[in-house]
Order: sequence, then structure tokens, then C-alpha cells
Amino acid sequence: MTPAPTRPVTGDPSAARPVLEAPDVGRALTRIAHEIVERNHGADDVVLLGIPTRGVTLARRLAERIASVEGTAVPVGSVDVTMYRDDLRLRGIRPLEETEIPPDGVDGRVVVLVDDVLFSGRTVRAALDALSDLGRPRAVQLAVLVDRGHRELPIRADYVGKNIPTSMGETVHVLLDETDGRDGVLLGPADVSRPTGEVAR
Amino acid sequence: MTGWVLDGVRPLGAPPTTLYVEDGVFVDTAPAGAQTYDAGGLIALPGLVDLHTHLREPGREDAETVETGTLAAALGGFTAVHAMANTEPVADVAGVVEQVWRLGQDAGHCDVHPVGAVTVGLRGEHLAELGAMAESAARVRVFSDDGHCVSDPLVMRRALEYLRAFDGVIAQHAQEPRLTEGAQMNEGAQSSRLGLAGWPAVAEEAVIARDCLLAAHVGGRVHFCHVSTAGSVELVRWAKGKGWNVTAEVTPHHLFLTDDEVETYDPVFKVNPPLRTADDVAALRAALADGTIDVVATDHAPHALEDKETEWAAASFGMTGLETAVSVVIAAMIETGHLDWAGMADRMSVRPSRIGRLTGQGQPLTPGAPANLVLIDADASWTVDPRQSASRGRNTPFAGRTLPGRVVATLLRGRATVLDGKPA
Amino acid sequence: MNRHLLSAADLSRDDAVLVLDTAEELAHLADRPIKKLPTLRGRTVVNLFFEDSTRTRTSFEVAAKRLSADVINFSAKGSSVSKGESLKDTALTLEAMGADAVVVRHSASGAPHRLAHWIRGSVVNAGDGTHEHPTQALLDAFTMRQRLGRVEGLHVAVVGDVLHSRVARSNVLLLHTLGADVTLVAPPTLLPVGVETWPCNVSFDLDAVLPKSDVVMMLRVQRERMYGGFFPTTREYARRYGVDGRRMALLPDDAIVMHPGPMNRGVEIAAEVADSVRSTIVEQVANGVSVRMAVLYLLLGGALTDVNEGAV
Repeated sequence: MTPAPTRPVTGDPSAARPVLEAPDVGRALTRIAHEIVERNHGADDVVLLGIPTRGVTLARRLAERIASVEGTAVPVGSVDVTMYRDDLRLRGIRPLEETEIPPDGVDGRVVVLVDDVLFSGRTVRAALDALSDLGRPRAVQLAVLVDRGHRELPIRADYVGKNIPTSMGETVHVLLDETDGRDGVLLGPADVSRPTGEVAR
Repeated sequence: MTGWVLDGVRPLGAPPTTLYVEDGVFVDTAPAGAQTYDAGGLIALPGLVDLHTHLREPGREDAETVETGTLAAALGGFTAVHAMANTEPVADVAGVVEQVWRLGQDAGHCDVHPVGAVTVGLRGEHLAELGAMAESAARVRVFSDDGHCVSDPLVMRRALEYLRAFDGVIAQHAQEPRLTEGAQMNEGAQSSRLGLAGWPAVAEEAVIARDCLLAAHVGGRVHFCHVSTAGSVELVRWAKGKGWNVTAEVTPHHLFLTDDEVETYDPVFKVNPPLRTADDVAALRAALADGTIDVVATDHAPHALEDKETEWAAASFGMTGLETAVSVVIAAMIETGHLDWAGMADRMSVRPSRIGRLTGQGQPLTPGAPANLVLIDADASWTVDPRQSASRGRNTPFAGRTLPGRVVATLLRGRATVLDGKPA
Repeated sequence: MNRHLLSAADLSRDDAVLVLDTAEELAHLADRPIKKLPTLRGRTVVNLFFEDSTRTRTSFEVAAKRLSADVINFSAKGSSVSKGESLKDTALTLEAMGADAVVVRHSASGAPHRLAHWIRGSVVNAGDGTHEHPTQALLDAFTMRQRLGRVEGLHVAVVGDVLHSRVARSNVLLLHTLGADVTLVAPPTLLPVGVETWPCNVSFDLDAVLPKSDVVMMLRVQRERMYGGFFPTTREYARRYGVDGRRMALLPDDAIVMHPGPMNRGVEIAAEVADSVRSTIVEQVANGVSVRMAVLYLLLGGALTDVNEGAV
């Protein structure tokens, strides 16, 4: 059960070309923060739950931006979807990530799930299942930095930083300062080491 | 057909020559009408003699019969085996030993010399009718409670004394019972890790020391079955140095395997006495080489499948050995330079015959001697497959191993029991 | 990690840490409204217990059920399978039932190894004879990490009937793997010949070891051992190798006292110690479920074939 390394950047980043630079990432997040406040008429009931690893980082950044706009501290947590994935048996064992629900819980709140890349939709499906075991939100919304298409489930994002058309085989690398030393999004060629249909993260 | 011309044969590994057989004995010229056999390069040894074989009949014919066991013996190059007494019923009366002896005659694959029990029912309490067994048609000279130790010192003393009347020998299974209660494997580093109850070397050595002293005291003859420890070797060496009438045997598996094998908990490696350490194996090889240990004996112990396909503690003790003995001894002793072919003949034919007081076995390959012989292809090798064995027992610890040397032919008083590696 | 968990020696340091980390995440489940994960839905876990052990069996059962596995309790004690040779038949039956994992407790050392030889599913050793009990060692290490923040560098005294203890064997191996420093303390009769080859220290003097110990793990000593001549009386045993209030006072301030249960109060452990704040006995039971969930997830959660294949 040699575990997969935690959220690796797969493929060869040097062969990838940038599609978002650091300032683009910052602007996209600022816009999403505004949209969340606008859509929910404020941020009082909002809870941001990131999907580890980069989704949690993005959720924290969104919370900072909402705080600077609204002056409200939005609760931030994380929801690990590993145990809810439908592809566990197709792949190697994954180590678990942290699930951390803010102290006041999610019951009756608007939960905004945050992830870096939306691809097949299976991760979000797993997150919705996990969420239903954790409480009963009033509504669930989805924010992603990149939507690369190729959905396999009836799932769509409420807030999208950037739509990036891709082919199935291409890889999308989201880089964030906290985990990768810089911000940016790279589009790379097919990664042969990865099974077809794999969600690029 | 009345004879054989064995062409190109190498007696005891000597340069190629021709051996002639007529009417069951070696002769010095080609007999008329003899069949010529191309034995080019094959090693010829006198037919092997096993002092320690479990044929299981009567009682456990599901595990082995005299027919299947002696066929396995012939295929392994043996022309005589000593059938141990722990059958059901126990071979502790003349009737049972004669039955086994006759079954051996009927099978005809090799001579079967029944071993008589020392005590009634192998219980270690009252002497069996040793004299009646000695005087029976089976002419028993080797007595053993094998599987059980004659642990009562007084019973052992009386048995050693009593057998002097007809030159019998006690083949002692040296195992102090109290020190081995529930014991499962050699006591040491491996048993400590594997959580299996330990079988200390001292349980064997203490009995050997005692019985050497008893044999010396009463002037009896004692033979130690399957010695397995470096300490036992030292004790036998000491007793022999005193000039006492002590002999000892070692099994092929104790010359080759160690208790590291137990790591898999596969009961095919469960045996009594247990597999010991690499140091013990080295001491046993050296002792067999210098003659401290007199003979190799197989302790061929076939078991039904269900007695071995279990958890370790529930499994029976024992391994088959007749069909692999030659190859294992070649690997352990010849290829390592401990013995030459003459030495192998001495330890596997001459000396066991002498200990068993057999007159027609263990003779030199010279004119006038009974034509008991085994031809070995020393350059061949084979992979042990239990399903191919003639023995009913599938419990060989060498399954899957590639071993050197193959028995090509076995002659029993001039009659081929095995030819071209197959039953003749 | 191998397909099976038969011995604590099957776990590399990375494997062991992964189990403990996973168990730590899974421990939070106990605080959630729905204490269940869908991960092993459709998988079958068989509890095959040839010896009575309600505690261990229940712990595995709860663990498997929290992961949504189907659990079959196959109690073999007293039935036709208590006779030795039918272990194989039992294995073939379980194979036919499509068991994905078999959790086995057996009085014979090595029985799980044989079982693993006969079936395709994963085998988890839940205690075999006087050999090993790897999930007990994992939960003990988990408890140490929870209480003391680490395992590496801890001085752990394992006290009592080492000779007959599967807990001791698994703990010595696992704690060594995780970098702890283990000292076995027992009368010489209750240490196996060959213990000098184990990766640990050995002492006969409990009072000398306690002041240097961060953890004292007391092993259950069965009164019947007295009749085997391993020690003269339980009173003498308790005096020389039991932990009471006086001995507890010899320990460093933050040291803990562990016991795998069931305890013999008044023999190896005095009530005042068992009920003290140093005692982790209740936590050990709770942690057992988390650790066993982690083991079942890591053995069964991945691909059906070699779990290393397809790992990204």
C-alpha cells in the first residue's frame, strides 16, 4: 500500500505552457469572492470548505478577500473526499487528508465547496456525499479556479475563475504560492504515466 | 535372462570399468546371454541400506504401504530398509514383525527388515518380547520405540542388557519428554520470533549422554537415531573415544535444512527432531565426514495430506526422504568435499548393514558378493515434484528444489528393481 | 504494505506511519453525526475467531461496519472447526463466500500465515497463539503518539510474560520500526530463549527500569503459569514484577501505563495504577477501532490486484 505522494504535480511542468499568470489567479479569486458575496446577499451564512490540498488554500484566500470586502470572517474548513471516491478500487491506496468542519458546523448554512480544477465532476460528487454525512447545509455551491470541461456527471460550478478548453489527455497544473512557491496555471501535454480519464489536479 | 554386463560403470567413483552379474552375484567374466547395460560414467555404489524407515503398514495404509514405501526405496537406490515399529498395531510381538517381513518379501522391491519395539505399545514401561522377535522369521536385530524415547533410565538399562543375548541394538530416539512438552521447533532465535514452543538441544543431548553411560556400564550396544545437534556430535565423539559400543545416524534433512525454513509455518518442515541451526548442520556434516556419525538414515516419514495441511501445531511430525536421500547427500557431502563416493557407500550401505547385522547387504562390488547395487548419474539434476513420488507421502521438504544426482538403476541380488530411473 | 497483515514486521516505517496517520483522521469520525463511511461498500470482511475474544472481535466488527463493509462473524470455537485439520476447509469455505478480508484469531502460532496461503483475500492477524497481534501493537503506538506526541525516541518498558505474549512480540517489532527504545522486563523463565536476538534490551529488575521509562506496558500474566513452574506464586510475581502505587511513583512525571487487557488487577497491575491518570487502558480500546479501520481501509480500499499498480 505504498501511498500516492500527496497531490503531486504530474507530468512534466517544463513542457507545459502558462494559461494563467500569477496576477490572473489573483484577479480570478477576487472576482469569485465578490460573486459569492453578491449571490448570497452578504457572507453571513457562508462557510467555505476546500477540497484538499489546493482547494483548502484557495478557500482560505477567498475567505481573506471576503473579509476585506465585507469585514466578516467567513468560516473556512476542509472536506476530504478520499473515502467517498468511486475510483478507489481502480487505483492505489490514497492517504487521507484532513476533514475539518468549522466549530459552528454546516447545518442551515450555505456551503461553498472550493477546488482548484473541475474536470469529470467525480471529486465534487464525492464531496457532496461526504458533506451529507457531515450535516445538512441550506445550500451547496461550487467554486473552482479552472473548469477544463469533460464532465462525466451532471455537475456545474457556480463560480469559475477561468474556463480552459482542453483535450482529454492534457494535464492542468494549478500552482499556488503556499504549496508550490508561485501562483499560476499551466497546461501540459498528455501524461503517459496516468490512467486515461484521470482527474488532473 | 540370467545376468548383466554393466559397461563403463565407475565403482565407488573409480575409473570406468565393466561389472558382471550372474545369478544374483558379481562374477568376473561376462555370463552367457547376459544383458548389456550402457552404464557409461554412472557411479556404482553397493545397494543403499536405510536403518530408519516408516512404512506405516499395518495401520496407516492411507499414508504408506510396504508396497509403495519399498518401491520409493528402490527408486532412491535402496536395497534394504529397516521398517520402524510404530505401526498400528505396534510391532512389539513376533506376529507383527513377521507380517511386515512377509509384506516386504511379497513386494520384492527391496529387503524389509522390521524393527521391533523396545517396550510394549511403545509406552516405555515393560519390555516387549525382544527374544521372540529376534527368533522370528524376521530375525529382528534392531529395536526401537522411535517416535518415543525410552526415557525411563531403568527400562533403558534393562533393554540394553537383555539384547546382549542376541547381539541386538537399541536405536534410541533421544528426546527427554519433560523438556519437550508441547515443543514445536528448535529452541533458539527463530522459535522466539515465531512464537512456537522451543525444543531445546539439551533434550536430545541429555538422553544421549545418559545412554552412552548406560551402554558402557552394561556392555550393551546403543545406536542414536537422527542426531541433530552439535552437542550430540560431541557426546558421541566422546563415547566413541572411550571405546564404547555407540553408533549414530543423521538424516539427509538435518544435513541440509535449518530452522529458518519454519518462517513460513509450512508444516512440511515440521519434523522430530526439529530442524536446527546452520551451526548444527555444519557440525553434523563434519561428524559424518570423520565417522563420528556412522550412517545416513532417512527417517522417511510419510503422512496423509490432511495431517500436514494444517496449522503448524496441529500437524504431524515427519518428512519423506527415500527418494531424495541420494541427491541430498550428494549436495550436502559430495559437492562440499566432505565425502567421496567410497565414503558415501560406507555411510549409506556398509555401516548401516553392519549396525543392523545384515549379512547380504553392504558388501563390496567384487566377484562373489551379492549383486546389490545402485547406479547414480552424478551429473544429472532434477527438480523435486511431490506429485511424482512413488511414496504415498507428499510431505517432502525439498519440493521445488533442484537437486544434483539421480538414481538410474537399482539391482537387488542381480534383479533390476529400477532401470532407467523407473520401476523395472 | 503487503496484501496481508500477519506480523508487525510486515510494516515498513512508512507503512506504519501511514496506518497511524490514517487512524488519526478516522478517529474524528467518532465526533461526527454519521459515524460511517461508504468506502468498503460491497466488500465482505469475515471475523474468523477460533478463540473467544469479544473485545477484539467487536473492535474489528465496529471498524469494518463504520467503513460500510458487510461483516460475517464466523465463530469457530466449539464447533466442528476447532479440530486442527479443518482450518483448510474453513479457508475454502470463506473463499467460496467471497471474503475480501479475513480477520483471524487462532490459538496456533502461524495459523494466519497458513490461511493466507490458501485464500485470495487479505488476511489480518488478530492474534495467533504466542506469536503476534499486530493491530494491538498499532493501537498501542497510536496511543503513545496521542498521549506523548511521538513514538520515536520513547523509552518503553514491556513488563511480564513475554514468552507467551503475542502483544510483546508485535510491540517489540513495531516500536523498533518506529524508532522507540524497548526494554523487556520479566523473570528469566518468562523470556524466550533467543530473546537476545530481538531488537530490544532485557532486564530482570523493574525498579531499575521504571525511572527511565516514558511508557510502561504491562502484559497479562495468566495464573496457570504458576503451575508450569514459571514463577513460584502470583504473590511473589506481583511483588517483583507488578506495578503498584510505589512503583508508579518511580516513573517520570508524564510517563504513561498501558495494558492490552484483560487485566489481572492485583497481579501485574494494582487497581490504583489501572485507574490513575497515567493509565491509557480506556483510550487503548477506543483507539483500537480507529487503527483497525485504518488497516482495513489500507488493505481493502485500493485496487483489487497489486495495490501498488496504478498508484500515481
